[in-house]
Amino acid sequence: LINCLIHFYKRDFVMSGTYYFVIVGHNDNPLFEVEFSSSGREVRKDDHRHLNQFIAHAALDLVDEHMLRTPNMYLKIVDKFNEWFVSAFVTASRQRFIMLHDLKNEDGIKSFFSEMYETYIKQVMNPFYSINTPIKSVHFEKKAQFYGRKFLTG
Amino acid sequence: MSRPGSRLTDTKKVSGELFSLTYGALVAQIVKDYQSVEDVNKQLEKMGYNVGVRIIEDFLARTKEGKCADFRETAEKVQAAFKLYLNMSPTVTSWSAASDQFSLVFEANPIAEFVELPDNYADLQYSNILCGAIRGALEMVHIEVAAWFAQDNLKGDSVTELRVKFIRKVEDTVPAGDD
Repeated sequence: LINCLIHFYKRDFVMSGTYYFVIVGHNDNPLFEVEFSSSGREVRKDDHRHLNQFIAHAALDLVDEHMLRTPNMYLKIVDKFNEWFVSAFVTASRQRFIMLHDLKNEDGIKSFFSEMYETYIKQVMNPFYSINTPIKSVHFEKKAQFYGRKFLTG
Repeated sequence: MSRPGSRLTDTKKVSGELFSLTYGALVAQIVKDYQSVEDVNKQLEKMGYNVGVRIIEDFLARTKEGKCADFRETAEKVQAAFKLYLNMSPTVTSWSAASDQFSLVFEANPIAEFVELPDNYADLQYSNILCGAIRGALEMVHIEVAAWFAQDNLKGDSVTELRVKFIRKVEDTVPAGDD
């Protein structure tokens, strides 16, 4: 019975191609979070959100270490937690983009990060937005959804 | 300062983005300083007025044209000023029957390029400085007008439309001044 449950649990994740994207501010606070799932299944936000935040937060130290070792913005995979990979991208102003994913999709994730970086730059140019505060813009969310579908879940 | 002779070719250009960001920082600061959105709108209009009364001298020095025969010519001059100072090309449309009101229609508004109005500032006239500038400049040539935004890209409209209405000719040679 336990084997059956474990198998069902694993299948749930491995088949779905789930992504969790978070932008982390300088105070380690989440500025923007969004999840994508290619299975089309309704993502149960409450169940996974706390775990995702925990994994992302735990990876921050590693991100900071990698950040200092390379001139690249895209840091690729910096950590792994059970079946979750953690990829990271750091902006010019040291804002950290973290992606939790269960499928390796380097090209898609890299493209997604790049496009979200452009979108982030535009958001920062808004005189009414203060840096390191949560991003509530509808335009920003729409862009995230669009690029998520384009590069991550297809 | 440079001699009058060289002023006509003296076009010190500033990056458009720098201008937009500077104006944005200004608006954001005024919003923080004042409690009500209406007060902010008034301040922006007032600032615009102060710009307008000064910039008219520069405009007339550069364009060297004579008096306007009617309000339609005035509209054309205002349109030319947008092109000269902001590199914007509005179209003049929607003349009223009595030729005393017209609209300047902008496809896009470069000074509001990166702006998204937060929900609680939905009534903010972000570009109100332009309305004030038109009012101030025309007052210095003895034409009293009212200027306001009829449509705004920032509020979801497809274009930005600035409406100008002729009120009266100011007969006094010296304007009454700010009260």
